[in-house]
Amino acid sequence: MTTNSPSEERLEQLREKAWQEGVVPGRGVDVIGGPIPRKPGYYGQPVVKPPVWTWEVPLYFFFGGMGGMSAVIALGGIMFQHVDLARIAMWVAAIAGAVLSPILLIMDLGRPHLFLNMLRVFKHRSAMSMGAWILTAFGMSAVAGLITLELHTHQIFPGALDQLLRLAAGIFIFGAAIFGTLLATYTGVLIGATAIPAWFLHRTLLPIHFGTAGLGSAAGLLELLGHRIAALNFLGFYAAAVETALLIWLSVDKHGTADRAIHEHGSGWLIRIGEVLNGPLALVLRSFGFIPWAAISFLAGALVSRIGWIAVGKVSGADPESVFAAERY
Amino acid sequence: MIGEGTKSTNQRHHNFVQEKVEVGFFTDPTVCIGCKACEVACKEWNQVPDDGFVWSGNSYDNTGRLGASTWRHVLFLEQDRQKGGQIVGSHFLGSRDQEDPFRWVFLSDVCKHCEEAGCLEACPTGSIVRTEVGSVFVQNDVCNGCGYCVVSCPFGVIDRRPEPLPDAGGAFKCTFCYDRQKSGLVPACAKVCPTESILFGRLDDLRARATQRVQELQARGHKDQQVYDPTETSVRGIHAFFLILGEPEAYGLPPKPEVPTIYLKSAWTAAFATAIASIIAMLVGFAFFS
Repeated sequence: MTTNSPSEERLEQLREKAWQEGVVPGRGVDVIGGPIPRKPGYYGQPVVKPPVWTWEVPLYFFFGGMGGMSAVIALGGIMFQHVDLARIAMWVAAIAGAVLSPILLIMDLGRPHLFLNMLRVFKHRSAMSMGAWILTAFGMSAVAGLITLELHTHQIFPGALDQLLRLAAGIFIFGAAIFGTLLATYTGVLIGATAIPAWFLHRTLLPIHFGTAGLGSAAGLLELLGHRIAALNFLGFYAAAVETALLIWLSVDKHGTADRAIHEHGSGWLIRIGEVLNGPLALVLRSFGFIPWAAISFLAGALVSRIGWIAVGKVSGADPESVFAAERY
Repeated sequence: MIGEGTKSTNQRHHNFVQEKVEVGFFTDPTVCIGCKACEVACKEWNQVPDDGFVWSGNSYDNTGRLGASTWRHVLFLEQDRQKGGQIVGSHFLGSRDQEDPFRWVFLSDVCKHCEEAGCLEACPTGSIVRTEVGSVFVQNDVCNGCGYCVVSCPFGVIDRRPEPLPDAGGAFKCTFCYDRQKSGLVPACAKVCPTESILFGRLDDLRARATQRVQELQARGHKDQQVYDPTETSVRGIHAFFLILGEPEAYGLPPKPEVPTIYLKSAWTAAFATAIASIIAMLVGFAFFS
């Protein structure tokens, strides 16, 4: 603090005065942080700990949501005779949900080599534990569903065995779809059930946002991969409409200081940009028939808002005033 | 208690672990002298690495806050208020004639060992457990460093230790000197506390003493003392509780801490509703639009 020039100047003045008058009345030097704390709480120190998670986590939210909801579209594909779509969707589900997601999740661990400890216990009261089990169940059913579906479509085995494969593919894809919806939505519960004010105040919005963003991302990616069918267009409309509603909800349901990280700072801008991209903009683009652009806008928005929500957690967790304000709700 | 010397629970051998008695800390800032012996004893006994030497400029507190490598933290509060019964002086040079109350409060902060512990509930590996004496303990060899306990603690105590410190990547916090307690020893911080500001003992005993201490202070002219033990919130009380002067906010303590598991119900309801809505949307899309 020695380079603090205003304080140095004041010190010079005080020395001068003391030399002349013997005693110096009035205030001394206004040192940062002292003498009486002027910052909220204890010297502005955070009350709760902001998340230690790095870039892997928002990416995991993005790919997990996309992969999980892709399995739902695959289920629709096999139910309504769009086998080609179902195959691509299962590839997306397996790559995004069963390969990329676990890799990202393990990379984020402080001790990646101990990742299997996640499966030591089953705790329904821990969203992280539930998530680990959901991801495991999803990964297994998605990979098994993809393999059986590919074997069936390529008619590798003859007759009865092929019928058995067809049945197995159906069961696995159904399982992948069910666990997929949970994989896409549990991440909202994960950050909603924490001590971070801006997160827990929006614990109902978060799972809806993450799940719907996952569904829209999966539909958008499949459209970009060449499946321009009306069903996917409908899902794109649905997801963008829900996201638009969530944007309105978020701008109405404000909690002042308690959730200011969502409306102020860089984190607020990330949320706003993300929500506009996957909400109104995607909706408008889709209405005018610019389907690839709508899909790109939605995908970008889904990614940016995931990054935004983690950034919000970091800002909100480090802000003691938010914690005190949130306790009044 | 104060003045009991070697008979104090802070110095006696005990069998609390074997007898499965709930124990706690009662920390009293009115007798704390801010010597930081507790911080040093904690670091030494538990071999906690240093996490940097920085001058904060915040009174005499250069520790900052509790964290992965700071399990005891002495807070230094400077408040423009009178400490009960104290002769009011001045902290401004040359203005001796006007009343200018000032007080310096020290409080040794620590993991609260909650009755309903957010970190313990959140831990997906089962690394965080509750011990026989009711304390919350992190098993370092099991922790894989997922970081979920960090955001689940309503007091911001537990943290993940960053590189390049030894044992980096895992979550750390006060162990309540579980290893010492198993051998009948008192936690290191309480053992060294020269004024018995940190008092270790049976939880029920300490609670009674805290109530008694509040009354004592009241008799001596203190006005804003209170026991900080959030029993009415979902945390349902803490095993390391404090006597505080003034509002909890000034100590960085949340006035109404809640264990995050209370948010699970509404969050999961939203998640299940979204899951079902997504499947319905898919069925509608494929059935009516293709």
